[in-house]
Amino acid sequence: MTLTEPNIAATAKVTTLDARALKCPMPIVKTAQAIKTIASGELLEVLATDPGATADFAAWSRSTGNELVEQTIVDGVYRFVLRRK
Amino acid sequence: MTAPVVEPETVVEQETGVEHDLLGFLEAAVSEAPVEATQTRVAPEPAAETDTKQLVIINWSGELDKIWPTLIMSNAAAAMGYKTSVFITFWGLLPFVKDQKRIVGENWMQKMLALMQRPGISHRKLSKMNFLGMGPWMIGQLSKKYNVAQPPELLEAAQAMGVEFIPCQMTMEMFGLKREDMIDGLGEPAGAAAVLELMTQPNTASLFI
Repeated sequence: MTLTEPNIAATAKVTTLDARALKCPMPIVKTAQAIKTIASGELLEVLATDPGATADFAAWSRSTGNELVEQTIVDGVYRFVLRRK
Repeated sequence: MTAPVVEPETVVEQETGVEHDLLGFLEAAVSEAPVEATQTRVAPEPAAETDTKQLVIINWSGELDKIWPTLIMSNAAAAMGYKTSVFITFWGLLPFVKDQKRIVGENWMQKMLALMQRPGISHRKLSKMNFLGMGPWMIGQLSKKYNVAQPPELLEAAQAMGVEFIPCQMTMEMFGLKREDMIDGLGEPAGAAAVLELMTQPNTASLFI
């Protein structure tokens, strides 16, 4: 697991999904729904507090082909940036 | 503080010893009753592309601690883009009966079975530590405290994401369940062969819960 500094690429439109306080499996369920609302190439930023989210988002990204561009944790809040394929 | 998953009134329905004796007797009676051979009507379509991943769950149990993981796994699978099918059979049909239906069936045995195991997604018991409804109530309180999604919410999300819930034609008839007793949005009732066809597709995970 690589944690990088927050650094949203200013190259694409970013939509934010607040999945904080949600527990498994709702963060990826909400993410799967939200990713459909953005266009291909756009970014979806997801905020989550479920510690299981780290493994789940990596698996979700590999399985769906939507790239996990960035992954950070700040004060117990996980932040995932995904690019819609 | 919100309402618990299992209403305290369900406590009245449970007298464990009596229930087991009666259940044994009724199950024996039901198994002797002639059950008409049924045909699979419309077989659910197997995934078109062989590289599409699939999850197939046979949801056999109507208990809270079984329907919950069934719904969590099917939601996760649908979110990951898997074609997801849940075959609901035997007690597993009961969570998919409309919540407001207290008694279903045509004859006294079917009605008794429904009375002893109240149908509906919000009226599930635990397979262990049920303690006259205290167990499910405490699980309900804890899951709300820790913000875990409840079965009704998970069921709604699963249906919205296209999880197909396929009722078992044969057990629906045995329990006297009609389509109008069941919640909306279920798939066409099917049989064992249709489910086996789904389970033997490539890239398919199958679970019996």
